[in-house]
Amino acid sequence: MTAQATPGQGAPVDEADAHTLTGRARRWLLRKLPPDKLLPEDQPSYVMSWAYVFGMGAIASLLWIIISGIVLGLNGPQWYHVSSLGSFVNSTHLWSVELFFIFMVVHLWLKFWMAAWRGGRALTWITGVISFVVSIVAAFTGYLLQTNFDSQWIAFEAKDALNAVGVGAWFNVANLGQLFTWHVTLLPLAVGAVVVLHVLLVRVHGVAPPLEAAESDAQLLHSRPEPAEAAEPAEAAEPAEVPASAESSGTQPSGIEPRGAAQ
Amino acid sequence: MTRKSSVSWRKTDDVASRPWTGTVREYDLIKELIIGVVVVGLLVLGVSAIFGSPDEPSVSLKAWATSAPADFVGTAAKELAGTSDSAGYGPPYNSTAGATQNIGPVDLQSLSGVRLPIDTANDFVITPLSTLPSPPTALARWKAATAQQRSDWAAAYSDALAAAPDNDPAKVAAGDYGPVPALTGALLDMARQGSLDGVLPSGGNFYNMDYTRSLLFLGDGGYFPDLAASQHLSGDQWGVMNETGDTPGQSWLWLFSLLYQVEPFKSAPNADALVVVTMLVLTALLALLPFIPGLRSIPRLIPLHRLVWKDYYRNR
Repeated sequence: MTAQATPGQGAPVDEADAHTLTGRARRWLLRKLPPDKLLPEDQPSYVMSWAYVFGMGAIASLLWIIISGIVLGLNGPQWYHVSSLGSFVNSTHLWSVELFFIFMVVHLWLKFWMAAWRGGRALTWITGVISFVVSIVAAFTGYLLQTNFDSQWIAFEAKDALNAVGVGAWFNVANLGQLFTWHVTLLPLAVGAVVVLHVLLVRVHGVAPPLEAAESDAQLLHSRPEPAEAAEPAEAAEPAEVPASAESSGTQPSGIEPRGAAQ
Repeated sequence: MTRKSSVSWRKTDDVASRPWTGTVREYDLIKELIIGVVVVGLLVLGVSAIFGSPDEPSVSLKAWATSAPADFVGTAAKELAGTSDSAGYGPPYNSTAGATQNIGPVDLQSLSGVRLPIDTANDFVITPLSTLPSPPTALARWKAATAQQRSDWAAAYSDALAAAPDNDPAKVAAGDYGPVPALTGALLDMARQGSLDGVLPSGGNFYNMDYTRSLLFLGDGGYFPDLAASQHLSGDQWGVMNETGDTPGQSWLWLFSLLYQVEPFKSAPNADALVVVTMLVLTALLALLPFIPGLRSIPRLIPLHRLVWKDYYRNR
């Protein structure tokens, strides 16, 4: 590849040269979340448990909720009452929501017992809880939009709680027009935005290590950052303990130790 | 230096705070997402094919008037008398004194004022009857009377209906009810013919997306709540978290529903306000849990994390 004096579009940019707001924003983003951290090809060895599938399960369910919701929305609120296909799509919307909450609740409980907020991950925990709460409101408006007996009764019952705290005047559960705006536009955008932020924060901070992980653990023993003057690379490592897939850890901060020394 | 990880949220120099520099395993994020979407998709399609989803038809005013005419007429009389639940609800529908749910001196319900004004006599009975091609002549007598006279007529008729056998309007004792029996009878006919369903929510307009009036009127009667109770949907049956039939509903609202079943919420006149505020406080505690000493230490005191990371701990 020929070096260019002025990088063209798509050519690598020297981030030290960033002098515009856009350039500085890019530099900040790349520092916080470099591509190999955003889309890693490996994870710490402790990320090998059934406990880690529930977050992804929730995201997969959310995708199915969005797909089935778009089909329902494009066909209008009466479609599923009169069409067998509509009824089936409505069922997939309902059950993907049920699965979404099952995955999310298990994920939340597990992250609690794993104390996953440790080491500067408090905002990850908070965005997770917010996504849970906003999802509850989104699901609630969905139940109100069923345009059947269940939605009639839920609206009649729920109005009292909302009116009691002064919210019902603006969030009127009996106003179908308002509910469509909330359920089809605002709340899905809110859930999507919070979930994306939550996932990005997970990638920025990495997966929280075991609660009792210590420097003396075998998995860390030979990979501790050495003092700069004592830094002695790969010879110190014991290849026997290294998984073949671990050759390039996206979680290693560059400059602390050479690639390969972590194993 | 070996240091045991704490449960603090703070970023320090411990293992949890530093980027992981230990052993790693291969991991394909995109592949896991694809597998997740396929597996969950198959699960969703399978469960949907097997269990479907309930769709109990909505209740119409026509169905109410046809199935429970005595309840319908009794409710209409209360709307005229201003003695129904909706008539005395308070904000945001009307400004009934002392109707709001306060928490101590705080009256959140009144913050909005009367933003969705509902005058039960006019909105639920008089105005719909006025839209008929041949409005009942009793309307003119009602409109010409004083507010006190109207109230006296309607209250007397409402009491007489409550005392009548089966609350049957045909068996009501004689009395001075003015035009009220004619008005409620005309409204019953209008509902039975199905025209009230269109007129009540929209006031006769072509378009409508707001069912506040219809829902409040339905709820003031006994027919609608009885149907809900038969579907295990009433408040003392864990209310909004249930779904018609055997399909799971909003089970994630279990704590919200639970609070309504226990004291001091259960018998409190301001139960709704208390439950909502309690849930807001509990939600805030959950969100801020990493900052709350004691609560954040529970995972260390009850070490279920050893099950999650048993492979890691085994190979320490």
